[in-house]
Amino acid sequence: MKLRSILGTTALVLAANAANADGKLSIYHWFEYIPQELIEKFETEHNVEVTMDTYDSNEAMLASLKAGTLGSYDVAVPGDYMVQIMANEGLLDTIAEGELSNFGNIESQWLDVAFDPGRKHSIPYQWGSTSFSVNRDMYAGDINTTSILFDPPAELAGKINMLDSQGEVMALASLHLGIPQCSNDRDQLKALDALLQTGKEKWASFGSDIAKDVLVSGDAAAGMIYNGFSAKARAEGANIEYAYPDEGYVVWMDNVVLLKDAPNRANAILFMDFLLEPENIAAVTNYAQYAAGVTGVSEFLDEALATMPENNPRDGSGAGAFVAVCDQATQEVYDQIWTRLRS
Amino acid sequence: MAAGTGSGKTISATFSPVRHWLLMPSWLVIGFFLLIPVVLMLIYSFLTKEFRGGVIWDFSLAAYDQFIFDRGLFGDDPPRIEWAYISIFLRSIGQAMGATVLCLLIGFPTAYFIATRPAKTRAIWLFLVTIPYWVNLLIRTVSMKFLIRDNGPLNEAMLGLGLIDAPLQLINTNFAVQLGLFYSYLPFMVLPIYASVERYNFAFSEAAADLYAPKWTILRRIVLPIVKPGIIAGCILVFVPSLGAFLAPDLLGGAKTFMIGSLIEEQFKGNAGNWPFGAAASMILLSMVLIVLMFYARAQSRDQT
Repeated sequence: MKLRSILGTTALVLAANAANADGKLSIYHWFEYIPQELIEKFETEHNVEVTMDTYDSNEAMLASLKAGTLGSYDVAVPGDYMVQIMANEGLLDTIAEGELSNFGNIESQWLDVAFDPGRKHSIPYQWGSTSFSVNRDMYAGDINTTSILFDPPAELAGKINMLDSQGEVMALASLHLGIPQCSNDRDQLKALDALLQTGKEKWASFGSDIAKDVLVSGDAAAGMIYNGFSAKARAEGANIEYAYPDEGYVVWMDNVVLLKDAPNRANAILFMDFLLEPENIAAVTNYAQYAAGVTGVSEFLDEALATMPENNPRDGSGAGAFVAVCDQATQEVYDQIWTRLRS
Repeated sequence: MAAGTGSGKTISATFSPVRHWLLMPSWLVIGFFLLIPVVLMLIYSFLTKEFRGGVIWDFSLAAYDQFIFDRGLFGDDPPRIEWAYISIFLRSIGQAMGATVLCLLIGFPTAYFIATRPAKTRAIWLFLVTIPYWVNLLIRTVSMKFLIRDNGPLNEAMLGLGLIDAPLQLINTNFAVQLGLFYSYLPFMVLPIYASVERYNFAFSEAAADLYAPKWTILRRIVLPIVKPGIIAGCILVFVPSLGAFLAPDLLGGAKTFMIGSLIEEQFKGNAGNWPFGAAASMILLSMVLIVLMFYARAQSRDQT
């Protein structure tokens, strides 16, 4: 045991030493989304030195890659709609058939997805949902409706935090109005604009990274939030309940993509195969409290995860919907609505 | 400066063969890391935007047009004046001016107090002023958020003392942003004013008092005009960074409404991805700052003639 741990440490030191490593891997990842131990495990297993930079939104990652960092990273972890955008922009490399030996571990429902048909550029990382949570000390009534955000009861008005994420806010607002996402119908777009303008009067703040903290501290009595993030807030003592509203909710999946001009393409493939091992991806799930898209993970998961209310839509809730990618004309109207909302 | 003394001449004589080269490092740094990026931004502001970030190298005034004209949600209404961005700028200017006035009100008496202490203790007072600024700005701003939140210590204390019946809503208000900006930049006001009050010859005040000038008149007619350069420098050092600040508005103001800084940030790394517009907004901000500095330079040269 002692010898093994010494050997392990030595291997880590060697792996951390660029001169002795077989190669490098450069990851561009979300903030706080992968356990450090898992990275170290990959480094030891494959004798690869891993470096990681982080971002806090899909759009920030896209902006950085387009501004010239493409070619310095091997893999990134965009959300569903961003995979499609990046593929359209030509920022992704194609994974050849048979190149990933663990490709067969991907759950069948995540195999042929609309944002990456046939999984040519990406593999699943984690998936979850976005809706909102309500502090049950502040409000005891029915929370299974998106009116909590857009037409809130008096107890919650002025105490709501919204995610600073245009795609998810627009998607939830469209579900609330019962209109299709990316609608180019002028009356529907005007209704969307009006809904956000009136909703704004009842909101306290916009912020994604603060979404958990404002619920724990009580600065917000209700807030738009991701399911796993809400579970973490509850674990930190907030008496909150995550809602699966009648009108529906947002479903998302983050994916590991192979970037174009990856400097260490072979190691990127190794890393993707590594993350398709049930044991490894389960470590991410235990850490982030979302769900993996890989078969055979259940035996490695914390038991509490399976029964967590945040991970189990109630019977009779509306359906989950991915954020849609709008065409340029509609997206420009969306941008206009978003700017009006914030000025 | 015509204040050359004997020892000063020796030093300048030592360096005179190379004196043209002394500024070279600064020119290299400023030229490479400031002038080139600014010129790049100026060029970008006149280019066509690429969908989802980036630029197309075609000349266009669309970014400035977007700033000035409102063509409705769908871009085909007859153009009207766009108030959205103007109001963002006006709000930011108002807040920066508020922070400057607050800093001046607190900073001037503080600087005056320190400058009139015995030389030995001045260093200690100055040291005390700078201590909080050894802590990162982000951490100080977050701490302020903890202090003023609804169930934070400030509200608890005021409730406990019976000053208020219900918690004051301070967080996510303009007042909180004002407080954050004021606190962030206070030493930038204190230090330049201190530097000029310290050089002030208090014999002038005594002479005026001997001639029966009231204290208020001494302050107004003698002290203020002499330390004015320090006050103006302090005001600029507070006003300019406050104008582009986005930490305090984001954390203390709830980011509900954009300030200039967050509007520009949104264009480059946020949802909008409109680089030319972000560049144009930066250029407009830069022009405004330059105008303020030009007034300062003119006031300076007038004072010296």
